[in-house]
Amino acid sequence: MALVLNEEQRLLRDSAREFLASNAPVASLRKLRDERDPLGYSQALWQQMAELGWASIIVPEQYGGLNFGFTGLGLVMEECGRTLAASPLLASAVVGASCILCGGNEAQKSELLPRIAAGQLTLALALEESHHHRPSHITTTLRRDGDHFVINGHKTFVVDGHSANKLIVVARSTGTEHSEQGLSLVLLDRETEGLTCQRTMMVDSRNAARLSFDNVRVHNEALIGDIDGGWAILEPTLDRGRIALAAEMMGCALEAFERTVAYLKEREQFGVPIGSFQALQHRAARMQADIELCRSVLLQAQGAVEETPDQLPILASLAKAKLNELVKLVTNEAVQMHGGIGVTDELDIGLFLKRARVAMQIYGDTGFHKDRYATLSGY
Amino acid sequence: MQDLDQFRQEVRQWLEDNCPDSQRQPITPKEQYWGGRRGSFPSEDARLWYERMRTKGWIAPEWPTEYGGGGLSDQEARVIKQEMKRLGARTPLYGIGLWMLGAALLEYGNEAQKQQHIPAIINGETRWAQGYSEPGAGSDLASLQCKAEDMGDHFLVNGSKIWTTAADKCDWIFCLVRTDPNVKKQEGISFLLIDMDDPGISTTPIGLISGESEFCQTFFDNVKVPKENLVGELNKGWSVAKALLVHERKLMAEIGSDSPRKVVAPTEAAKQYLEFHDGKISDAQLRSELVDYNMQMHAIALTHFRGFEEKSSGVRSAAPLVMKYLGTEAEKTKSELLLAIMGSQGLGWEGDAFTIEELDTLRLWAMSKAMTIAGGSSEVQLNVIAKNVLELPQSGGN
Repeated sequence: MALVLNEEQRLLRDSAREFLASNAPVASLRKLRDERDPLGYSQALWQQMAELGWASIIVPEQYGGLNFGFTGLGLVMEECGRTLAASPLLASAVVGASCILCGGNEAQKSELLPRIAAGQLTLALALEESHHHRPSHITTTLRRDGDHFVINGHKTFVVDGHSANKLIVVARSTGTEHSEQGLSLVLLDRETEGLTCQRTMMVDSRNAARLSFDNVRVHNEALIGDIDGGWAILEPTLDRGRIALAAEMMGCALEAFERTVAYLKEREQFGVPIGSFQALQHRAARMQADIELCRSVLLQAQGAVEETPDQLPILASLAKAKLNELVKLVTNEAVQMHGGIGVTDELDIGLFLKRARVAMQIYGDTGFHKDRYATLSGY
Repeated sequence: MQDLDQFRQEVRQWLEDNCPDSQRQPITPKEQYWGGRRGSFPSEDARLWYERMRTKGWIAPEWPTEYGGGGLSDQEARVIKQEMKRLGARTPLYGIGLWMLGAALLEYGNEAQKQQHIPAIINGETRWAQGYSEPGAGSDLASLQCKAEDMGDHFLVNGSKIWTTAADKCDWIFCLVRTDPNVKKQEGISFLLIDMDDPGISTTPIGLISGESEFCQTFFDNVKVPKENLVGELNKGWSVAKALLVHERKLMAEIGSDSPRKVVAPTEAAKQYLEFHDGKISDAQLRSELVDYNMQMHAIALTHFRGFEEKSSGVRSAAPLVMKYLGTEAEKTKSELLLAIMGSQGLGWEGDAFTIEELDTLRLWAMSKAMTIAGGSSEVQLNVIAKNVLELPQSGGN
């Protein structure tokens, strides 16, 4: 598995960085926040991203995709993390597309994937039901009614839940509340009767929503994969989402870190740059060491998606746990090392801090992934 | 790639055919062969295994053939290492001549020095000690005071060196000596090779908290060293030392993967000593510490691979510079974790109330404290990262 980028991948990273610097700098997120933008991202920007092919990186060529691989996707996610670019990339082009790829039938793939890849259709995964990621703890019910299903329940912390055109709903068709068995996935238009949506304003100014399902009826053709067999699709879908999100968090951490190191060289106190103080140097050096570890973990996890899928669960949990820890440490240190200005809204560092906290919770916090890594390792 | 795969097959077959069964067992300190005039083979099989590897050129596979090396590429040498590890084959010859000095001599030594010393390392004739630190020069290595005065046809060496590993068993020592006291401290240092049988040299072992005394202090009292034993230019020894330190740090970063002791992996120890409930360790704190350690080691292993791939493809990154710090800190964490998992059974000093593994774990725990001090302490490593990677402004203290 390659832990070094090839020429094409480096070009993609460089062009993504250039594009985002001019078209989606951190100021764009500020603007969305301050103007209370109802969509939560710029439709024009999303169309440009789609034209660059970003929504189609992991989609096979036969469905209108670039089939450029998960490492390439990770590079784009990382650059988006650097500028905190808000877009449906994660929820739709990674998690939504992966779910269809992992579990959709041929008709669903041919119908949905080309539109996702072109950025015309956006998806959101309606999974969580409590304040912590517990992907098998599902109480939303799905029962058969002739050639339809009826869904009842509620969802929370649905990334892009209020903006996506379609929702992938994780519901329980059989089994007990905590069981991985008996889950089913269905695709739902957002305009369906009985579905209500409340956008939740999160600290990172990015999109999330609560959804309620009150006797929502959907035709059984909307089922993704087998009835009761949703876990086999959900788990690899989530692992892809975790790895892509970990890449975004890497970008977030790197940007906050680099801005902080630059500040250490420029800010003077007691007549010298504060970066000459060993108390700060050693903390910065430890973060550099952690960054090096996270870089290797991320590359290995990205490569595993296509090359060693049996390693995917443990590497996805390793990546998400390690990046959770890194981005928490780095954003906290970034604020502290900036001193007073670090806690002002004027400085961008606070925005990195806020995005980091939300990203740490999405698809599993550190404790969730440490537990999963330990369980997968047999202890 | 195809060629490398084929090479791997050949290596695998050769090792399978030539490595005696007894040399595929975990090795204890008494079973190691370190060479030198005072060294002997611990067993007939160890001698046979060493002779076969030397004839094959695989004692130092990446060194040139004219000095007894194998003349292989870094990738091929790595394949041999991996295949030996896979088979559990013992390291046939130990020594810092092999691990550290040889590479520096190949880069900085003159032809006569290479011919005199490199084959002697490979042939197990010379065991080397390292003379760097002094009682007054630890982390601030460049402040060393052991001096070598130019007496025309020779240098006259006076002073002492500390932490000279197993110097009481070594034949030669490579030393950093002060050859100019009147310039910036790094610019007045030279790199000398000294025969430990020379008159005026004496060595005393140092007792450690681990109960062992593998380190010594070595004293030089009017020792005459021939001029031809200077490696590189006069007063340019610091560059040789730095090149050599890179090898030492790399070695220390990897040390956990090739430990001579009967070390138990923490996960295995957990299964032996801890209670499980529903397939999980019941003690939440220990389970959390174990997973932290294993994830860290997983990430470190991947970073070693990445460092190697980057080297092979000519990409520069900060990865190699952080590995000594990360690797040795992780070794300390591992030792503390093993002690915690074993509880009072991990605290035995000697006697048959404890297994060999338990006693070794305790001794290794004590030894692990030295790993973040020797070869540039963790604090020095962080200074290096701050300076060379982050390019932070320097203060007087570092």
